[in-house]
Amino acid sequence: MRVSPKDLYRAMVRIRVCEESFVEPILAREILCPVHLYTGQEAVAAGVCAALSKEDYIFGNHRSHGHYLAKGGGMRELVAEVYCRETGCSRGWGGSMHLVDPSVGMMGSAPIVAGTVSLALGAALASKIRGDGRVAVSFFGDGASGEGVLCESLNFAALERLPLLFVCENNLYSTHLPIDEIRVSRKIFELGIPFGVTSRRVDGNDALAVHEAARKAVSMCRKGKGPVFLECLTYRMRGHVGPDDNIQGTHTDIRPPAEVEKWRRKDPIRRIERHILRNRVASREELAEIRAEAEAEVREAHDFARRSPFPGEGITEPT
Amino acid sequence: MTAKGRKLTYSLAINEALHQSMERDDSVLLLGQGVKSPWYVGNTAQGLLKRFGKLRVIDTPVSENAMTGAAVGASIVGMRAVVVHPRVDFMLYAFDPIVNEAANWSYMNGSRTPVPVVFWGVVNRGGEQAAQHSQSLHATFSHVPGLKVVMPATPFDAKGLMTAAIRDDGPVVFIDDRWLYDVEGVVPAEPYVVPIGRGIVRREGKDVSLVASSYMVAESMKAAAILEREGVDAEVVDLRTVKPLDVALILASVGKTGRAVIVDGGWKTCGLAAEVAALIAENGLCGGKNLIRRVTLPDTPAPASRSLEKGYYLDARKIVEAVMR
Repeated sequence: MRVSPKDLYRAMVRIRVCEESFVEPILAREILCPVHLYTGQEAVAAGVCAALSKEDYIFGNHRSHGHYLAKGGGMRELVAEVYCRETGCSRGWGGSMHLVDPSVGMMGSAPIVAGTVSLALGAALASKIRGDGRVAVSFFGDGASGEGVLCESLNFAALERLPLLFVCENNLYSTHLPIDEIRVSRKIFELGIPFGVTSRRVDGNDALAVHEAARKAVSMCRKGKGPVFLECLTYRMRGHVGPDDNIQGTHTDIRPPAEVEKWRRKDPIRRIERHILRNRVASREELAEIRAEAEAEVREAHDFARRSPFPGEGITEPT
Repeated sequence: MTAKGRKLTYSLAINEALHQSMERDDSVLLLGQGVKSPWYVGNTAQGLLKRFGKLRVIDTPVSENAMTGAAVGASIVGMRAVVVHPRVDFMLYAFDPIVNEAANWSYMNGSRTPVPVVFWGVVNRGGEQAAQHSQSLHATFSHVPGLKVVMPATPFDAKGLMTAAIRDDGPVVFIDDRWLYDVEGVVPAEPYVVPIGRGIVRREGKDVSLVASSYMVAESMKAAAILEREGVDAEVVDLRTVKPLDVALILASVGKTGRAVIVDGGWKTCGLAAEVAALIAENGLCGGKNLIRRVTLPDTPAPASRSLEKGYYLDARKIVEAVMR
């Protein structure tokens, strides 16, 4: 199934508007839990999730607002969770790093680097055992390329021909460390090759390219020709955690301003916008309308979250 | 089939629990190192591969972290996975999926996804295997909120606790002991569960409570027989589940005898015996001097040489000494 560029645009704008809406409440310390904003990487979540059906499984990481929204998780429940309210998707027990909505196949996210790769492996194994045709996706970053469990999982997925899509969002920084300081080769996708996993790299800021690659990968997985490793080259426009590491992380964002600027010009949303307008897929007015809808939805979600109570005190487990 | 008094060994009781659980529920699967080979898991997995096929009985590469994580992931999406580690020592590679993911998963996701997974670790020590082929680590797992830990001492409990662990909707650590594999006992042929969190009094007595689990229950029973000849009437409490503890049972026994000797096949510091002792003391029992004693492994790694092993591991004699001291 190939989705229209307009739908990809809508998915990306919803994520972007949502992410940027957190900046003020974070700086005002209204939101306290650590928030890893997805701004700049929207094309990956939108492109991949558009290739999936509702029944397919995804597992995220610490930076997973985008994955949750792109897979169909509710905006209100996401925002309320970031505010750690009872009405959040994890009822205020998880916060920004633990987003879940099993009803749409968003099975969970966790901030142990590569910690959910093997969980997605198990979901793919379950799919193979049951023969239900579901595909599992594991989203992780370039930092996870240093974890042994990734190699273990690539090997087992290949051995069992599991319907598993490994999506590495290479944003070139493992928290504060540039990629050249964590590995010799920049080509993370090559990790899959010795294990016999179909592996390739795609421009992670080109939603159409990500979507096309994901569509092919998902189709291979469904035909029993998985797993597939997809490295999406992208960049985060905000801090590792919070809006700006130079404010919150006390000058820990050492990225050269020229590099940040270069990537700002490659903004994935402006890129698909240009494509849409050039090919007359939609008019400027229609795109403005999509953005306005997203803004209204996000505003309403903040109101909902702020009105919502905190979880009750003194309970030993969420009920 | 239901003939009363049918006997089975401890290992075949586990095997029967797996057969019956997999037959009853298509979502149950077994994975781990050596499920094809008695070299690893004795006869606990015999016949499973042939009967249920390689989709549900998977002999895996040596990748404890990913394989354990896969068991957790499969269970998050509706399977009931049992992942076996032929030695508990190997499970240390899998601490992330066990502790960070499985134990926390349901809590941190607002109870939206149960994780019905069994982490089966085999204590396989002695025989000059030294420090990395001998550890039990049940206290370490018990420390973690979100995990249940069971340690069967008899064939009946081995089957009933494995069945209960598989049917439980949360993560359960099942720790068995190779030294018990050949022990025979009465095991009903039909499926049944031994409830998690409930201990049992194996021998009634009035002078002292020997509180033990797993292999240490058998040694405590031997110790009680020796003590009887010395005129000491010992009660033996089998914990069966070490997390959560059967607090009422422990307190009732110690309340009656007024004295507790806690026997544990793990290390002393921050161990299971320490937890049981604290529980007894907190409840105002055994307040006097020398009324609570711990019989545990010393705080050292396990040695290899048979002469050293003899001093290291516990037996009935050491339990008797602790009672008589």
